[in-house]
Amino acid sequence: MTVTPDTSAAAPTPRSLLDFQGWSRAQLESLFETSKMMQEVLARPVKKVPALTGFTVATVFFEASTRTRLSFELAARRMSADVLSFSAATSSISKGETYKDTLLTLDAMGVDAYVIRVDAAGVCHQAERWLGKPIINAGDGWRAHPTQALLDAFTLLEALGSLEGKKIAIVGDILHSRVARSNAELLPRLGAEVVACGPATLLPGTLPGVQLSTDLKTGLTDADAVMVLRLQNERMDKGLLPSLPEYIAGYQVTQERLDWAKPGAPLLHPGPMNRDVELEGPLADSSRSLVERQVANGQAIRMAVLYHLLVGKKPRGES
Amino acid sequence: MNGELLIQHVRLVDSRGEHGTADVLIGQGRILSLEGGDARRHIDASGLILSPGFCDPHAHLREPGQEVKEDLTSGLTAAARGGYSDVVSMPNTLPPVDRAEGVAALKEKAARIGQARLHPAAALTQGQEGKRLTEARLLAEAGAVLLTDDGRTNEDAGVLALGMQYAASWGLTVSVHAEDAGLRRGGVMNEGGVSFRLGLPGNSVYAESARIARDLEIVRYVLAQLGGRGPQAKALLHVQHLSSARGLELIRQAKAEGLPVTCEVGPHHLTLSEERLESLDPLYKVAPPLRTPADAEALIQGLLDGSIDCIGTDHAPHTQDEKELDLLRAPFGIPNLEVGWPLLYTELVLKRDFPLPVLLERFTDGPRRVLGFEAIWLEAGAEASLVLWNPDQERPVEPQRFASKAKFSPWAGWKLRGWPVLTLVEGRAVFEGLEQPA
Amino acid sequence: MEANPKFKSQLLSADEVRRALTRIAHEVVERNKGTQGLCFVGIHTRGITLARRLVEIIRSFEGVTPPMGILDITLYRDDLSEIGLQPKVRETRIPFDLHGKAVVLVDDVLFTGRTARAALDALIDQGRPSRIYLAVLVDRGHRELPIRADFVGKNLPTSKTEVVKVHTLEDDGEDSVELWEH
Ligand SMILES: [Zn+2]
Repeated sequence: MTVTPDTSAAAPTPRSLLDFQGWSRAQLESLFETSKMMQEVLARPVKKVPALTGFTVATVFFEASTRTRLSFELAARRMSADVLSFSAATSSISKGETYKDTLLTLDAMGVDAYVIRVDAAGVCHQAERWLGKPIINAGDGWRAHPTQALLDAFTLLEALGSLEGKKIAIVGDILHSRVARSNAELLPRLGAEVVACGPATLLPGTLPGVQLSTDLKTGLTDADAVMVLRLQNERMDKGLLPSLPEYIAGYQVTQERLDWAKPGAPLLHPGPMNRDVELEGPLADSSRSLVERQVANGQAIRMAVLYHLLVGKKPRGES
Repeated sequence: MNGELLIQHVRLVDSRGEHGTADVLIGQGRILSLEGGDARRHIDASGLILSPGFCDPHAHLREPGQEVKEDLTSGLTAAARGGYSDVVSMPNTLPPVDRAEGVAALKEKAARIGQARLHPAAALTQGQEGKRLTEARLLAEAGAVLLTDDGRTNEDAGVLALGMQYAASWGLTVSVHAEDAGLRRGGVMNEGGVSFRLGLPGNSVYAESARIARDLEIVRYVLAQLGGRGPQAKALLHVQHLSSARGLELIRQAKAEGLPVTCEVGPHHLTLSEERLESLDPLYKVAPPLRTPADAEALIQGLLDGSIDCIGTDHAPHTQDEKELDLLRAPFGIPNLEVGWPLLYTELVLKRDFPLPVLLERFTDGPRRVLGFEAIWLEAGAEASLVLWNPDQERPVEPQRFASKAKFSPWAGWKLRGWPVLTLVEGRAVFEGLEQPA
Repeated sequence: MEANPKFKSQLLSADEVRRALTRIAHEVVERNKGTQGLCFVGIHTRGITLARRLVEIIRSFEGVTPPMGILDITLYRDDLSEIGLQPKVRETRIPFDLHGKAVVLVDDVLFTGRTARAALDALIDQGRPSRIYLAVLVDRGHRELPIRADFVGKNLPTSKTEVVKVHTLEDDGEDSVELWEH
């Protein structure tokens, strides 16, 4: 076989996926291409390839999220990487044991890449400074959750063909949402127009590249797709929302309100869903819902991300 | 004439300006002469500048209770290295300094350490709980120079009014960390485009300005209450670590109106801004937060026109482990005592033509005026609490070499000039960084 | 990455390529005793073109079109560090059941044998053929693994520093095999 060098996305892949800074559109599209190939792997009877044999991927979850952790771990195993799984409540972190200690201890076990979830923005950046290894941000505080945005975009691309000129509405607690922030960073780069809408107390003052609105109708009107976010109960506790019925009255996405959007506009939700809070129950199970596609695509996306970050590297210990 | 130390060929610069080159003879804790004389020790200070020792109205030295972050020895040594002969320690220790015994114990220990002189600030309220006033008269007698609940933002307006009213009788100014707790919420950086984008809880400029506006109203109220009975020479209210153009504007107007208020600004608010948080490094987490470049610019103007009285370092050391927590959990604050002067000399005087005498004023006479201390002049008979510094030699900031226990700095690696080489307290060398001839 | 390679000589002309492929096609049918159960899987990129040619040649003399699939072995390589920094996983599509089939894996050049090894693994993950053959246009030697080709267009002894370039009409505008020096 003769190898022809590929010059289409000439810049090297960034070391880490902390957010989308440093990722060009060509690199993102190349990730989507690889994800399609991973879908083919996932459709086989043997859903496993030896690509990452010898590599060790650590999932480090300072904040519990079983679904996301399992998705990453299965993705790593399907690429034949060894998986080191670490979960600890952040409470133990603030009690003397530091992130740095924990990460350096894991690093001594010979880890090649880290998947990190944490409740505070920026820890993945700190980890990259301390470890100098590829870090995949699996959600840091309110800041970013790039693989979620990638799987959302990938699912939207499947459903809509292209995002060029498409209006995507994001509904809910935008201010505290890493999913919203990562989508706000990614979708406009793929040509989409993003409108984020929610209660005034749950909207940031500005978000680059995104139109913000407190009016659900403005948000949903002519939308090509609608992404509904999970509402956290603690927003009520912190006094940012008067009550759940108050939220539902203003911002629940119902069948009736969905009619403001383009006919057949699909629904996305990052999960886990509060049925009958942010989304009217039956809609969640309707054919409009792409939630299951999102979960399935999450696998392919995460396999692709691991591959892109480790390609060209040797497993540690191999000279 | 006979003295202990002769500093030869030295340029004299203080807040009044340049005074040419002199041979400064020092003995018995005083400047004996500017025209030389005999001394046991001679220093050839060609190319160096002699100025009055710096005075910091705002440093957290952490003793008692948090010696793992800093203690009097490390903190006062850091101050001496930074060119400071005088430092005011904040009372938010464990327990808070809220009784005369605590003030006396600190002063006594600091005297034994023999580095920069310590002037403790004491709590305004018992336990800094914002409820019952502390014993201002007894505290003043023991040597407290300010009353403050800094470290907290105690909200009760009535308590603050009573505190100012009462403290004024004993010659004490009340100083405040002016941020409204409700507006500030859990903010860890300036609220605005950057915080929204980074997904970090924001702390708005309005949390500062609303609190300053309220506290200035309380000053007007207290003045009315006091009638002609005060205040004396000093201000009723000192606003600490001003961070915003809005806050500055309120104080500028209050001063124009003649209100007895003073304020300070920290080196970080003059030289850094919120974009630094894009690195997501808790190193830049300070309270009040770093604001916009426009705010920093306004503060520099305020420092120049005198709206801002002085530089307060807000030296706030923490352990490395604490500063390596995440941005939500890491504590606010950075160690500033050892970089304050070279930083502002380089960034303001050398890079922006900020007048050197004015900057010196904000490090020397300004803070002394706020605290009710006497100014130090470069003349025979003056107290020999002085700093000799090198305006030319460039050196990077090397936090690992700090005397402070907090060996990190947002200015690490910045190449600065103006480093102190000798700090004198009443004629005694408390810091010597002179290159000794071999 | 590599210094400019220099052209040395042409190893096969367009006619020689065509004749080699025709011969391989006949040998395959002969070995398989007809086209029963026969299928082709081409390895990216030029292996696919060559597999297409072989299928077409067989159709021309047997009147039967054996099914054909394409295989990307990127995820099966044992040298991730040598792929370079550009991740490019290409399509794998085998639109028929491999079970019980006689598969002819097609590649342009057989060299160390690592590509063929990876291709065998990739193929076996897709199903269980009764027989796998390996067909290559050029065998240039220097095997690092115990792998040999069943059908070879031309054996060409080379030195390890030389590069064999296979050009096809479809991919490159002409059929030829050239020898280049690194
Ligand atoms: Zn403070």
